[in-house]
Amino acid sequence: MTNAWMLRAAVVLTSVCLLVTALDGGALYGVDAVDRDVLAAEARRVASIRRASATAVAIFAGEAGGGSGVLVRPDGYALTNFHVVQPAGPAMRCGLDDGRLYDAVLVGLDPTGDVALIKLLGRDDFPTAEFGDSDLVQPGDFCFAAGNPFLLATDLRPSISAGIVSGVHRYQFPAGTILEYTDCLQVDAAINPGNSGGGLFDADGRLIGVNGRASFEKRGRVNVGVGYAISARQLLQFFGSLRGGRLVDHATLGATVASSADGRVVVSDILESSDAWRRGLRYDDEVVSLAGRPVRTVNAFKNVLGTLPAGWQVPLVYRRGTERAEVLVRLAPLHAPAELAAIVAGDRRPDRGPGRPAPDDVPGRPETMRPPPEDMPAVVRAVHDPRPGFTNHHFNVVERDRVAAAIAAARRPPAGPWRFGGTLAESGDFRIEVDDTVVSIDLPTGRSTLDPRGELDAAADPPGSGGLLAALSLWRRLSTGGPADLGSTTYWGTAPLYGSPLARADETATASPPLLDVLESAVAGVVARFFVDDGGSVVGIDLWLDADADPCEVRLAPPADDGLPRAIVVRRGTTPFATFLVTPDGEGR
Amino acid sequence: MVVHRALRMPVGSTAVFATLALAVCRADDAEGVPQPQAAIARAARAVVKVYGSGGVRGLEGYQSGILVSPEGRILTAMSTVLDSADVECVLDDGTRHRATLLGADPRRELALLAIDATGLPALALEPADAVPVGTRVIALSNLFAVAVGDERVSAQRGVVSAIVPLQARRGAAEAPYAGDVYVLDCTTNNPGSAGGALVDSRGRLVGMLGKELRSTTSGIWLSYALPAAELVRGVAAIESGTSDAETVEDARPFDPGRVGAILVPDLLDRTPPFVEAVVRGSSAERAGLRPDDLVIAVAGRSVGTRGALQRELGRLPAAEPMRLSVIREGAIVEIDLGPKPRVEERPHREDER
Repeated sequence: MTNAWMLRAAVVLTSVCLLVTALDGGALYGVDAVDRDVLAAEARRVASIRRASATAVAIFAGEAGGGSGVLVRPDGYALTNFHVVQPAGPAMRCGLDDGRLYDAVLVGLDPTGDVALIKLLGRDDFPTAEFGDSDLVQPGDFCFAAGNPFLLATDLRPSISAGIVSGVHRYQFPAGTILEYTDCLQVDAAINPGNSGGGLFDADGRLIGVNGRASFEKRGRVNVGVGYAISARQLLQFFGSLRGGRLVDHATLGATVASSADGRVVVSDILESSDAWRRGLRYDDEVVSLAGRPVRTVNAFKNVLGTLPAGWQVPLVYRRGTERAEVLVRLAPLHAPAELAAIVAGDRRPDRGPGRPAPDDVPGRPETMRPPPEDMPAVVRAVHDPRPGFTNHHFNVVERDRVAAAIAAARRPPAGPWRFGGTLAESGDFRIEVDDTVVSIDLPTGRSTLDPRGELDAAADPPGSGGLLAALSLWRRLSTGGPADLGSTTYWGTAPLYGSPLARADETATASPPLLDVLESAVAGVVARFFVDDGGSVVGIDLWLDADADPCEVRLAPPADDGLPRAIVVRRGTTPFATFLVTPDGEGR
Repeated sequence: MVVHRALRMPVGSTAVFATLALAVCRADDAEGVPQPQAAIARAARAVVKVYGSGGVRGLEGYQSGILVSPEGRILTAMSTVLDSADVECVLDDGTRHRATLLGADPRRELALLAIDATGLPALALEPADAVPVGTRVIALSNLFAVAVGDERVSAQRGVVSAIVPLQARRGAAEAPYAGDVYVLDCTTNNPGSAGGALVDSRGRLVGMLGKELRSTTSGIWLSYALPAAELVRGVAAIESGTSDAETVEDARPFDPGRVGAILVPDLLDRTPPFVEAVVRGSSAERAGLRPDDLVIAVAGRSVGTRGALQRELGRLPAAEPMRLSVIREGAIVEIDLGPKPRVEERPHREDER
């Protein structure tokens, strides 16, 4: 008995001694043998991961699973995947690294790009991730994912998996017509089911993408060193539309491209109803660049197109023989609105498409949109308003009112009739008057007038402008009365104004102009979009008298002291109408 | 004569490589140490996408290859992808080239292709010393055919976790190569990875990613690479035309009695491979083999019976060292019987039955 006890004690004592020795040795090694630079690099990494962890959202959807998200705005907006929120439904509970649970509501959806925007409620000082430039990421860069793989984050703290960027500008085929990953980042950091929707961060903890997809094969749904993240560029380009509570669609050029025998990317098919056709693009034309990005392969074309929201107008450079043309094209929606709604609801299950079975798969493939729970918390119910064409109309009103307030606070002409004149850059003088009951313009070619109180869908005057008088009338109504004076006005999202001759000097210097808030009004039989800069000034108007024809495009310089722009450029399609150089009030009459 | 306590390092466990990997990871972050971006950008230019036959489930029609000469020599894995008259290689610049098969090394499962081009960005194939366990490496390959045309192949980072003899199978068939491989801690046994380049943090070629194989002992999928020295031997064998003599199909049991190691008579179903006697003056005696030694492995592959020992020796190509591990008085002793003699005519055909 005693012997056995002594033996046991000896064993325990020896183990403790060994353990102490091991710890001792480790500590000594850590202090003495590690270079200061290495310790600094380690400290930087620890700090980056700590910062990123605070922005990681654990999304729980009960039996339907769950996933991850990443906070990008202090008032609680967080990005995640469509395929994460679809089974979760419009109301969800989200956990943060602080160990607390928050109610969250679905804000916007982009099913094609597999992106969703949610809003965590209850705070306006959430920690947020800073966006990095995903275009500067290169293979070999350190990166890490913060998320909720296998829903392990029962303590709400994210799991971190580190790796390198394996490839950039990757194209991954869609599942059916949705969940297409274009221009995405490929990483060997472990992306597993549950990581979906979480952030991918660079060495400095900046957000360079949202993880959402992985290549799986013979070992089932576990990581094999091949994961994909939606790029920060794409996320930023869709962010405005998502924040506006919309159901956002991706774009089509109305033309398909193929590789020619000599390796060029040429138009293989084109719709005659497309804007690209009206701008002159034809069969066999070589596509050189789109939205300022070079197109050298079919995949490169799909990569550029896949990161652009429907409705944007972007530059297209094409070549026919020795002739090179640069035009602005409007991108059409990829889906009919009802089609997109059906996909979200799950009425139409995304098929994999013929001939493309494994190996690619999406973690947690969704099937149907979960309906809102009957016991939806009051805080969520107050900000949840689903309507056709929108994911959550509540947030459209929020954004529309934000832009309206900015317009009301901006420099603008005083109330009452607007009367101004000046010279045309082409030649001659002009005079414009805009009032509640009459809009008129005097040009060297003659006078045009419009009574803006009736329907405007036939108001194409002055001839050749596509509806300049109607556009001027709506501009004044928005500026003086706000959206309330403009029929049905919604927040459309954000878009750049490419090729505006009136862009500020610092804007024209960059390849990508800044994203502007856009309001869309359906009023008096016409549709108008207003581009509003960050100062609340209207700097662009597109007005459609007929949805299938070219709009009247008005580009306005930022306003001077009297609230009026000093220059206004008007064009329709590729045809310039006139450039108005406005003379300060009291002169040029 | 080297005495070991253990035969070989176990694959895929132990905290040893985790510690080593951590140490290496930290070192690479320090200022002045090359980051992987430049090495990837340079080395990836020499990794090509190989397309051939396949496309049915579980048998993809693509893999990877390494440009090993500026004149268009491409080293890749010998596989069913090459079972086609129409093998195409797509280089990093997106250009497509029809490839011809110059030859194959069936033992290492290597194939050498040629394309009609010059001035290409090749990786130097040198018989460098093996890199040590713990070396940080980058795997470059056409995995899952993610990259097409001029898109750069995929890069994965990893660490050489162990250097061990390959004990692997594909389906029920054992892999013909049984020499040392680098075991990697990153997943490289993906479709299309085979034939890809393993480079160090400076972009130097240290190995080639192996085919999709499972461990014969554990059944797990192996991520491993053939060391550069084996690639050099394989290319030499292909270029000299000697590789055909080494085919597995030709391998016959080899009786170590031919070099002076007389085994106990094969009386039982599973006669243990004990040494009965050692011929005086033979290479077995010079190597230090003694009577009553129990042979437990040949070139790191365990053998449990006299028959298995003779079969394993038979698998070794001519001129390869015949390395035996034997148990003597409770310790493991390594014996090198010297180069395996060439197989002559087949004088004892009846013995093989």
